Amino acid sequence: MSKISVKDLNLYYGDFQALKNINLNIEEKKVTALIGPSGCGKSTFLRTLNRMNDLIDGVKTEGYLHLEDQDIYRSDVDVVALRRRVGMVFQKPNPFPKSIYENVVYGPRRYGIKEKKQLDEIVERSLKEAALWDEAKDRLHKSALGLSGGQQQRLCIARALAMRPEVILMDEPTSALDPIATSKIEDLIETLKENYTIVIVTHSMQQAARISDKTAFFLMGEMIEFDDTSKIFTAPRDQRTEDYVTGRFG
Amino acid sequence: MNKQRQEKMAFAVLTVLMLIVVVPTLLIIGFIFVKGIGAINWGFLTEMPRKGMTEGGIFPAIVGTLYLVIGTIAFALPLGIGSAIYLTEYAKHGRLYRFIRLSILNLAGVPSVVYGLFGLGLFVLFLGFGSSILAGALTLGCLILPITITSSEEALKSVPRSYREASLALGATKWQTIYKVVLPHAMPGILTGAILGIGRAAGETAPILLTVAAFFLPRLPKSLFDQAMALPYHLYIISTQVPNMPEEVKYGTALVLLGIVSIFFAIANIVRFKFRKLSNL
Repeated sequence: MSKISVKDLNLYYGDFQALKNINLNIEEKKVTALIGPSGCGKSTFLRTLNRMNDLIDGVKTEGYLHLEDQDIYRSDVDVVALRRRVGMVFQKPNPFPKSIYENVVYGPRRYGIKEKKQLDEIVERSLKEAALWDEAKDRLHKSALGLSGGQQQRLCIARALAMRPEVILMDEPTSALDPIATSKIEDLIETLKENYTIVIVTHSMQQAARISDKTAFFLMGEMIEFDDTSKIFTAPRDQRTEDYVTGRFG
Repeated sequence: MNKQRQEKMAFAVLTVLMLIVVVPTLLIIGFIFVKGIGAINWGFLTEMPRKGMTEGGIFPAIVGTLYLVIGTIAFALPLGIGSAIYLTEYAKHGRLYRFIRLSILNLAGVPSVVYGLFGLGLFVLFLGFGSSILAGALTLGCLILPITITSSEEALKSVPRSYREASLALGATKWQTIYKVVLPHAMPGILTGAILGIGRAAGETAPILLTVAAFFLPRLPKSLFDQAMALPYHLYIISTQVPNMPEEVKYGTALVLLGIVSIFFAIANIVRFKFRKLSNL
């Protein structure tokens, strides 16, 4: 079941073409990994899914990108509403310099939810879903910046989950974290995919192999191959994919 | 010379440079304090002047300065911070944008007497406000607008981009992001710039000379359109134009002006500190 379908997507940073004719279907409630060497366009592609590239001057996006049945690049699309359906977690944990509680309720508050009871429930639910509740419940009103790196990243995930998105985009979420924090988050992703569609950019092929159901290999702005993860890593069809996953370059 | 001696020498040179700046400043403050403290008493601060300023107090000049400062803040702060927000968050980086920024930077270097003439021409004469607190406050406001804008811009730019991205990715609008994340984080810097501006405005003589100041008014100003006495101008006149003015009175007046500016600086630092604590919880 296709959650996001991408057809003939091209993206230009000024004169430079960063994405060339991308065609891809992201399946619902699965983890799709985007792999490829530095500068291949995987992060750029991820950011097209919630129109975060709109923030950059001089970016031009062409093609079709449908979230279920809605073309999200039409000029009359409410980008703010889109970003509530498609959440994002960034490479470097970026909690606001506010309390843990205020971080998690930030999205819901902006949406208009004011009632304390509702907000309290959202905080507990989201922190539990992000496996941070036990560690955070006694310090909800202390600064988020007092948490460790791994905890901060889980807070960012909780913050995104508070909006009850349909899709969660993750841009190398563990590359700034130590191995233990990384594995905690990988376990978390395993449980999250029961309820959310997840697209994750990762530099680590081992991570892609560990946690994803489908994998897309990007190279120099093109998507070379997209298949079940097991196939990509054991019997890739394209030579370039094989060279990359066996470490011949990258 | 080996590295250790180099470092010691560099440190010594820097210390000397620091002393060259700090010591004269302390000496000036100390000098004014010593020569003026004798004049400071409750009467000096709260009474109207008598006998051609040689007796009585400088109360109307203090009040006038305070009115002007309040008027300046009311005008320059919202306009300055608003402009800075527009320039940092909304403006497209084209030729017009570069022109605007260049103009602001140039305006920061315009001498204050030129601002005074500008204020005279526009507010006093053309708009017909006459010599008034309104004209004076607007002129001083124009004077400190460039520094207010540039320091607010710097404060806004120093907010990490990641905060803005995180907020937008959660489905907040641009204005919500500015109001709830960027501004609070930039507040300490914005306030610092504002205070520096106010400190300058409180002590300027030329702009108020041409737009508001009177040497002697028998009553306190009652409306925006009244003239007012002000400390910098008052200090200038009693130091140069009035014969037989006791030294103590002159230095006492200078000390009061210094004190008022210092109080503003202190308030600003407290507010900055409180904001920093609030935003970092």
